[in-house]
Amino acid sequence: MSEATANGAHHEEHARGISRWLFTTNHKDIGTLYLWFSFVMLLIGGAMAMYIRAELWEPGIQLSDPNFFNQMTTLHGLIMVFGAVMPAFVGLANWQVPMMIGAPDMALPRMNNWSFWILPFAGLLLVSTIFMEGGGPNFGWTMHAPLSTTYAPPSTDFFIFAVHLLGLSSIMGSINIIATILNMRAPGMTLMKMPMFVWSWLITAFLLIAVMPVLAGAVTMMLTDRNFGTSFFDAAGGGDPLLFQHVFWFFGHPEVYIMILPAFGVISQIIPTFARKPLFGYSSMVYATASIAFLSFIVWAHHMYTTGMPVSGELYFMYATVMIAVPTGVKVFNWVATMWKGSMTFETPMLWALGFLVLFTIGGFTGLMLGVAPADFQYHDTYFVVAHFHYVLVSGALFAIIAGVFYWLPKWTGNMYDEKLAKIHFWWAMISFNVLFFPQHFLGLAGMPRRIPDYALQFTEWNVISSIGGFAFGASWLLFLYIIIKTIRGGEKATDEVWEGADGLEWTVPSPAPYHTFNTAPEVK
Amino acid sequence: MSTTKTKHASSGLVALVTLLASHSALAEWGLNMTQGVTSISRQLYGLHMLVLWICVIIGIGVFGAIFYSIYHHRKSRGAKAAEFHESTTVEVIWTVVPFLILVGVAIPATKTLLYLEDTRDADINIKVTGYQWKWKYDYLDEDISFFSNLAPTSREAISADPTKVENYLLEVDNPIVVPVNKKVRFLITADDVIHAWWIPEFGVKQDAIPGFINDAWAVIEEPGVYRGQCAELCGKDHGYMPIVVEAKSETDYLAWVAEQKATAAADAEAAGKTWSMDELMAKGETVYITSCAACHQANGEGLTGVFPAIKGSPIATEDLPAHLDIILNGKAGTSMQAFGAQLTDTEIAAVITYQRNAWGNNTGEMVQPTEIKAAR
Repeated sequence: MSEATANGAHHEEHARGISRWLFTTNHKDIGTLYLWFSFVMLLIGGAMAMYIRAELWEPGIQLSDPNFFNQMTTLHGLIMVFGAVMPAFVGLANWQVPMMIGAPDMALPRMNNWSFWILPFAGLLLVSTIFMEGGGPNFGWTMHAPLSTTYAPPSTDFFIFAVHLLGLSSIMGSINIIATILNMRAPGMTLMKMPMFVWSWLITAFLLIAVMPVLAGAVTMMLTDRNFGTSFFDAAGGGDPLLFQHVFWFFGHPEVYIMILPAFGVISQIIPTFARKPLFGYSSMVYATASIAFLSFIVWAHHMYTTGMPVSGELYFMYATVMIAVPTGVKVFNWVATMWKGSMTFETPMLWALGFLVLFTIGGFTGLMLGVAPADFQYHDTYFVVAHFHYVLVSGALFAIIAGVFYWLPKWTGNMYDEKLAKIHFWWAMISFNVLFFPQHFLGLAGMPRRIPDYALQFTEWNVISSIGGFAFGASWLLFLYIIIKTIRGGEKATDEVWEGADGLEWTVPSPAPYHTFNTAPEVK
Repeated sequence: MSTTKTKHASSGLVALVTLLASHSALAEWGLNMTQGVTSISRQLYGLHMLVLWICVIIGIGVFGAIFYSIYHHRKSRGAKAAEFHESTTVEVIWTVVPFLILVGVAIPATKTLLYLEDTRDADINIKVTGYQWKWKYDYLDEDISFFSNLAPTSREAISADPTKVENYLLEVDNPIVVPVNKKVRFLITADDVIHAWWIPEFGVKQDAIPGFINDAWAVIEEPGVYRGQCAELCGKDHGYMPIVVEAKSETDYLAWVAEQKATAAADAEAAGKTWSMDELMAKGETVYITSCAACHQANGEGLTGVFPAIKGSPIATEDLPAHLDIILNGKAGTSMQAFGAQLTDTEIAAVITYQRNAWGNNTGEMVQPTEIKAAR
């Protein structure tokens, strides 16, 4: 605090105690709230994953009943997607976007407060469904009708309300990010001079605004099918169960890019810093990100190859889907070219970024395999798919979030984290992650369907290995929590620049960043 | 079971090794997709391996470059950062080359897709209907129709010791039988929620969707028993609705068809006679375990808030007409199906008798198959 006061005494005034956090309109406070919220959700969703891995430790049902298992897989997915990954990226955006474009705060600070404070209530509503009569949602995070309508437990209506609230929060957050980036850049910062993290969030925010209302529409139709006698998804009433899947995946496919594009942005900041070399192909990175975002809107039915689409539809969606490999490949090649002939050091953020680069690429390869429609007839709805999306969402999105947290933590707290512990945590998580998810490729290829609480005996061995990896990966996050708390409480003081190769406006302000930054806009040349 | 539990309690590497060793008789360590027994499944395997090898080769290149760079271009080895940050030539190359590789993949993929979607000129048509949680098979050319449930041996082992059961979770009470070397077309639909009918060795996976009829085909080249599972989450017992197909020679298949018709005739005759209490209770228990226990549980107590109890319920102890009605016609808007369409008169009479006399529901009442026939 004393350093911060020295840096800008009269700007440091803010409310104390709980009212600081309840009423705050400060982008840094709100960023912190988002990040802590998402970490709590990571632990809750992670605990559910631990239950899943414990039940799958051996054949048979040991812990509870299959209905509870289905609730755990459903809520694990929903909580990780809407509670952990998305809010974490909004948290990073809140902290970093204003500082990276030289703005004093977000464009719409009061709405910023509301965007966040909707979240804990939505999360609570979602988690509370477990304790309701008939249990929580048990139809998978993809909530395919009519399992999620006619056949769903009563708590489904609460789940629908929670999804509406989460959507509201996301849409408001996105409007805020777009308004900030388009209106509040420092003089001289043209669009093509923006840091890649800002670019990736600008594009992501447009994706969010485009697809969250589609999800809201899908769950609203579920609501009226359940309660008001409509038959949108009920064949017996003239409706169409496949309509739900088309609407859901029109949201669902861009949604996966919503979770990965900001990750691309974080990695594009970190690799140049630790390679001490500018990002290779900046403009092609921008165009590749925009192309991926565009393609994400026209490939949704590759989640539906086995639903009996006309063969012409299957061909179209296959061609469009495999095309995504081109811009994604460009991004990976550009990152490798950035490292090439650099002068690399391997602090923790760089380790996570490299972990991302290698493992996300593996997830990309399996994505290409899944995109090939005929082969997908064997892969679809097996553990191969589970392995694929955990490689892109855990070692993709989550690894990038952690990379970003370690990268910017010294700027946020003014303290360096414990490098030795952080490296232990990285290797622990890196190894256990692969023990957890790599065998799931084998399980899927050998024929284990996803979302089953019990399995035939030939799947036992790899499930045991996977569970061991799972428990170790789960435990690693307790060490992460310890490292973060230790850093907040103290540690070696960080310099303003923090990293030797760092480049960008956020590194020109003091560490820790004062409560208000860039009250006078900096000049960007 | 208790020994397995003890092993798990002593955690650590030793436990792991012991556990894996104890499973060694069953150990499969399966790694790859099956090549299967149809021309489709072999083509799918070929495509899978093609794309896999392309990914492996690209992976060697990309990961090779990453690790070379990590090793040689590190500051601790005195590497000085170069200044370059763009090159139109290489950027065009690594956009165009992947595109061409994708075209190379798309050509065989398109051929295979057109081949597997061509269901014309089938020799045998079998309608497959998914129910929560069983499959129904109708031989459209033969007037044969039956339900296929998880085998009782597997169901009883779920909370006991699955390792003692052969083909745990992959065994059914009534497998479907098809001839080899004939084009069998499966017409796939569902009665309640979406299911998916999957036999890996045929390369067949199709969603079973209420209101839609999807199709798939297989020409099985080798006689044998082929097993699969439901692949689309369909509720509580999604993991417990296996598929078993027995592929037989043409003569064996025809013998099976004749046998099915004889059994159907015998069943019809049995429905005319008067059954004793013991006979009804014995048959009723079997029917209950296969058709009712998944929801209402073997002890008749159901699951609180999800599936109502039968033990002590007014319908099963007092109101017999209501009991007949709910079993024959189901209950709209719930998971309770209309079993009138699924079970024979004898089976319904037996299961109603069982429910009215088991677990302390000692009404002493008996229901005869003829009464069911009259009630329909």
